Amino acid sequence: MKLNEVFGANQRVLNIYISAGYPKLESLGTILPALEASGVDIIEIGIPYSDPIADGPTIQRSNSIALENGITVDTIFDQISACPVKTPLILMGYFNTVLQFGVEAFCKRCHDVGVSGVILPDLPLDLYLNRYVPIFKKYALHNICLITPETSEERIRQIDLHSSSFIYAVSSSSTTGKNKSVKDAADYLQRIQSMQLSSPLMVGFNIKTSDDFDFVCDYAAGGIIGSAFLLALEKSKDIKETTHQFIKAIRS
Amino acid sequence: MSTLYQASESGFYGEYGGAFIPEMLYPNIEQLKSQYLNIIQSDDFQQEFIQLLKHYVGRPTPLYNATRLSAEYGSTIFLKREDLCHTGAHKINNAIGQVLLAEKLGKTRIIAETGAGQHGVATATACALRGLPCIIYMGAKDIDRQRPNVSRMQMLGAEIVSVESGSKTLKDATNEAIRDWINNPVDTHYIIGSVVGPHPYPEMVTLLQAIISKEIQEQAKKKPTHIIACVGGGSNAIGAFYHYLDDEEVQLIGVEAAGHGIDTSMTAATLALGTPGVLHASMTRVMQTIDGQVIEPHSISAGLDYPGIGPLHAHLSDTGRVLYHSVTDQEAMKAAHQLSRLEGIIPALESAHALAYLNNMDHNSGQTIIINLSGRGDKDLATLTNGISDETE
Ligand SMILES: Cc1ncc(COP(=O)(O)O)c(C=O)c1O
Repeated sequence: MKLNEVFGANQRVLNIYISAGYPKLESLGTILPALEASGVDIIEIGIPYSDPIADGPTIQRSNSIALENGITVDTIFDQISACPVKTPLILMGYFNTVLQFGVEAFCKRCHDVGVSGVILPDLPLDLYLNRYVPIFKKYALHNICLITPETSEERIRQIDLHSSSFIYAVSSSSTTGKNKSVKDAADYLQRIQSMQLSSPLMVGFNIKTSDDFDFVCDYAAGGIIGSAFLLALEKSKDIKETTHQFIKAIRS
Repeated sequence: MSTLYQASESGFYGEYGGAFIPEMLYPNIEQLKSQYLNIIQSDDFQQEFIQLLKHYVGRPTPLYNATRLSAEYGSTIFLKREDLCHTGAHKINNAIGQVLLAEKLGKTRIIAETGAGQHGVATATACALRGLPCIIYMGAKDIDRQRPNVSRMQMLGAEIVSVESGSKTLKDATNEAIRDWINNPVDTHYIIGSVVGPHPYPEMVTLLQAIISKEIQEQAKKKPTHIIACVGGGSNAIGAFYHYLDDEEVQLIGVEAAGHGIDTSMTAATLALGTPGVLHASMTRVMQTIDGQVIEPHSISAGLDYPGIGPLHAHLSDTGRVLYHSVTDQEAMKAAHQLSRLEGIIPALESAHALAYLNNMDHNSGQTIIINLSGRGDKDLATLTNGISDETE
């Protein structure tokens, strides 16, 4: 299924974030099918990085464990292509790892293994527009941008204009995995909703429970869960079972 | 100043620089970018800044003719005495400037990273002076090896956050400070301590440190043949070089920390070993694996223990305007002892790297060499005296 088809068919889109190479080097091979079988709509695969400045302790920890496990960008692509799932896949990472791989080589591999889009939080819109649009177009790759409660209306409109898939609305001005309540974002989400953007909106950060997920679905196409799922995996003895339980609980 | 070494509108020096920031930092960086130049060039700001530099920091710092050191090498050697600044290093020039700027921007909370603790002490000092709350991020390893500065920051009322991630040094302290800023975007100003980070920081810190070379120009009776400075992020070096960048007759030399040697894995010589990449939101030269993971650096000097470098230095290295070399931990230690015994000045271990380079140069009586003595060595006494017993073993 193509990434954007998800939004036509479904108004409660669930996107789960995982770190590649975590908890074990080969875990992607187990987690991807388990997430698909549990009915997740989009899977966001994090590329571990030594200096993830936009992430809190949980994702930092998963990144450093994955790096110790020996994960590389190449391995991630190999693992994805060895594990054919139909659920749309997105890669999330920091720009330096993409730059070192080679931006064009990276986009090409994404295309070859069936990755639909990328989230590169530290590649700002203007640099993307000035330098990389033709490459992303060539490989039919969506560049997914973030907005935050501090993003101006003018800038949100600009991001909307240049988005070919969803916009990632960060629910609080924070790094990932902060123990804030997503419900504090009500005014902000209301404001974005009333802007009637042409791109679908996915809300991420601070979503931990089915209640949180339901809440964001009132304002947006769906929600993105990262740290809460990683915390569940951290304690897990059986990845498949943990995944099913976690998704079932969110969907309930 | 020619435009050759000025940042472009989007903050690039040649291929280096820019602002590779997550969207969460966009409003802060935009505000800085659009307002900082107007503010720091305003009469209001300049008047207060210059007064404070003069009466509080103690500028101008002397340009001291080091006769015994000169006799040892056979060139005329001057020391630009940034170690005599209040708080003991050049870092205070930037900290005072940015605290005044933060006030004008309406910010009420200050954060900073620190390696050697000199930037932390300088920031804590400026915050105490203006009654602003101050939070300092410092790697756990650096807290250990720069104890005196930790006590000074506490004395000044700053809150110190020990950073336990990664190599527990400057790189990780910077990551945590950036994360704090992401979490506190409205009321907080982040005072970066060197010419690193996203545009406009490299340019702003350069302008605030440029006073060093401005004073040298006023003080030097004869034009120097060489100016030498140590390079961590590169703020004292660019301060000492800035007004000479267009004068090709003056050889500018930056000295990086080789640690155990640039052919070992225990090194912090970024320009010797780094490749273009993004670190702390700036395109620069970075010590990294082929997969783009940042390599943990090593230097005996906490202020030089950094796997990146200011983007302008990366550019000056590519263009060849500045020559960059490196010296080892041991060479720096020796130079620190030498200056202490010959001139009665205990240099910071960072500055000792610049001094150590004297051993790698040819000397003659026609040369006038200025060394930027970026800081004093009180903070390093434990390491320095450990070194004495090491050497006699
Ligand atoms: C005395 C001294 N010199 C030099 C440095 C290195 O920084 P920079 O390269 O920005 O001057 C430091 C940093 O802590 C320092 O304390």
